[in-house]
Amino acid sequence: MASGLHNSDIPNPVLRWIDQRMPIFTMMQKEYGSFPTPRNFNYFWNFGALAMVNLMIMIATGIFLAMHYTPHSSMAFDSVERIMRDVNFGWLLRYVHANGASMFFIVVYIHIWRGMYYGSYKAPRELLWMLGVVIFLLMMATAFMGYVLPWGQMSFWGATVITNLFSAFPLVGEWIVTLLWGGFSVDNATLNRFFSLHYLLPFVIVGVVFLHIVALHITGSNNPLGIEPKGPQDTLPFHPYYTAKDSFGLVIYFIVFAGLVFFAPNYLGHPDNYIPADPLVTPAHIVPEWYFLPFYAILRAVPDKLGGVLMMFGSILVWFVLPWLDRSPVRSMRFRPIARICFLLWTVSFLVLLWCGGKPAEEPYVTISRFAAAYYFAYFLVILPLLSRIEKPLPLPESISRAVLGGGPLPAGAAAKPMEKA
Amino acid sequence: MLRTSLKALAILGGLLAAAPAAQAAEGAAHIPNQGFSFQGPFGVYDRASAQRGFQVYSQVCSACHAMHLMSYRNLRDLGLTEQQVAAIASQVQVQDGPNDEGQMFERPGRPSDRFRSPFPNPQAARAANNGALPPDLSVIAKAREGGANYIYALLTGYGDPPPDVHIAEGMHYNAYFPGHQIAMARPLNPDQVEFADHTPATVENMARDVATFLQWAAEPELELRHSMGIKIIVFLLVLAGLAYAVKRKIWANAH
Repeated sequence: MASGLHNSDIPNPVLRWIDQRMPIFTMMQKEYGSFPTPRNFNYFWNFGALAMVNLMIMIATGIFLAMHYTPHSSMAFDSVERIMRDVNFGWLLRYVHANGASMFFIVVYIHIWRGMYYGSYKAPRELLWMLGVVIFLLMMATAFMGYVLPWGQMSFWGATVITNLFSAFPLVGEWIVTLLWGGFSVDNATLNRFFSLHYLLPFVIVGVVFLHIVALHITGSNNPLGIEPKGPQDTLPFHPYYTAKDSFGLVIYFIVFAGLVFFAPNYLGHPDNYIPADPLVTPAHIVPEWYFLPFYAILRAVPDKLGGVLMMFGSILVWFVLPWLDRSPVRSMRFRPIARICFLLWTVSFLVLLWCGGKPAEEPYVTISRFAAAYYFAYFLVILPLLSRIEKPLPLPESISRAVLGGGPLPAGAAAKPMEKA
Repeated sequence: MLRTSLKALAILGGLLAAAPAAQAAEGAAHIPNQGFSFQGPFGVYDRASAQRGFQVYSQVCSACHAMHLMSYRNLRDLGLTEQQVAAIASQVQVQDGPNDEGQMFERPGRPSDRFRSPFPNPQAARAANNGALPPDLSVIAKAREGGANYIYALLTGYGDPPPDVHIAEGMHYNAYFPGHQIAMARPLNPDQVEFADHTPATVENMARDVATFLQWAAEPELELRHSMGIKIIVFLLVLAGLAYAVKRKIWANAH
């Protein structure tokens, strides 16, 4: 059919009229209604949906905050406090937005962790994974610029330290820093452009999230067993099975979120950011927001400035090539006894780096950071490529339905190839 | 399923627990917890204490410390009547204008005015205080590690320095101030103010009251936040039960 109305089976006549001309309801039904989804997800598979909800919360609260916020170095701090005091439920908007950033990173870190543990980055999902890394980088940039906006001491000095990192690059470094600052120090021009970009980047994130989901719906989801569904007995329609499961996860997520917002709204922040920015007074310890601490620890673990900056960026950029560093055909760590332990140790190294990043740059934290950072990189660059060759994986289950239902019907032909080799 | 969700919780807990490590800077003295009424998820402000704290602020602290984010009208939230707030506001002279002739003029304060600042600018504040800048106290309880407990500790932490500690000229020893040398002289002395409710004006009482007042000034939304939070969490717990029941029902034939 080259052209003409779409053949819609939407029952409602009004919706059908639209659907025949623009089949978005058919598409929604296909992608979110009947979309075949592996039947064996555990609760780690909630975090993609949670991240989506979190992004929408951030955009919604952010738009309302921007209506009351003044991006000027002499007024920004007081305008934020005005939101807290005089705007109707402004304190709620701001605390949801500020803690929403922390929740977003918690959710996304778990989402990334799940991808690494169950091998979701492996073929055919490499591009899906790489788009996820792009989203994470955009999130980091957005969160960093958002933290600058209240123009407190940590805003100002965090911005100074982080933007100065770019000066480590030879030749273009100073030029990049001047461009970021819009002048020769962190000042009003910096605040203005950060506000503008902080408003822009979330919509770029929305765009890349869309691509992330498009890619997901081509390859289909991975699952805890890491083997592909072999037929309809291995999958369930997304609705109502996973809409129901995601709904429960969403409420649990809201409980944690509400606990932070209503009872510990400043727990994850830093008291110094309630002191107005003062270019003449440097805080005793400049620390970024908690979600940057692992990368901050890697930066400080390297004695050379350029080396530290490269290692810091490299610690995330290495994720891009993860699908090609780990050549093992087995996805899920459940069936990789050695890689599983190595990956759990990598998780420990990440948490150790997070802890060290919040400590002053002195012993023993620097040495601990160095060991943790060394393991962080060794896992990707040495251990995974090596294990791809030498590790003997455990036998994989014949199919998802076999593993879940304990001996359901096997489709003809599926039994002929018991090992899934991606 | 339970095992993995426990694992997820453990990771989340780890992330949350590691976060305040970022703040555990400074080798400062341990700040004792005073058990203020506003602490905890059900905490509310002790109105009488906060009102006395405002009296201490206006008779003692406000000689040097501004609170430029506060308006006199905010005091009504502490239980003061409209007349009382208007009377308090009218005791100060504020600059207004320009008038029709283009002149600035002084007039008595109104409830809508911000608290009058003791100094016109930071330079004047430094000149009058031996080079030190008395910080604005509007959000001080949020701007210091330990919050109100720190304020109480600081105000009661003056004393003679230990023999091995050298105190610079014009500085004072304080057990809780980071570095132990503070430019502010001991601000509270016994019976410095007279409370209308006959509360004894001991240093401890005044420190406690002013810490309560400053906490209220920094977080005027705290009571509403707590009461909303309780309702929302209870609602979400019920909703979680329902959502789980729905999930179980839907999945009943899928396992």
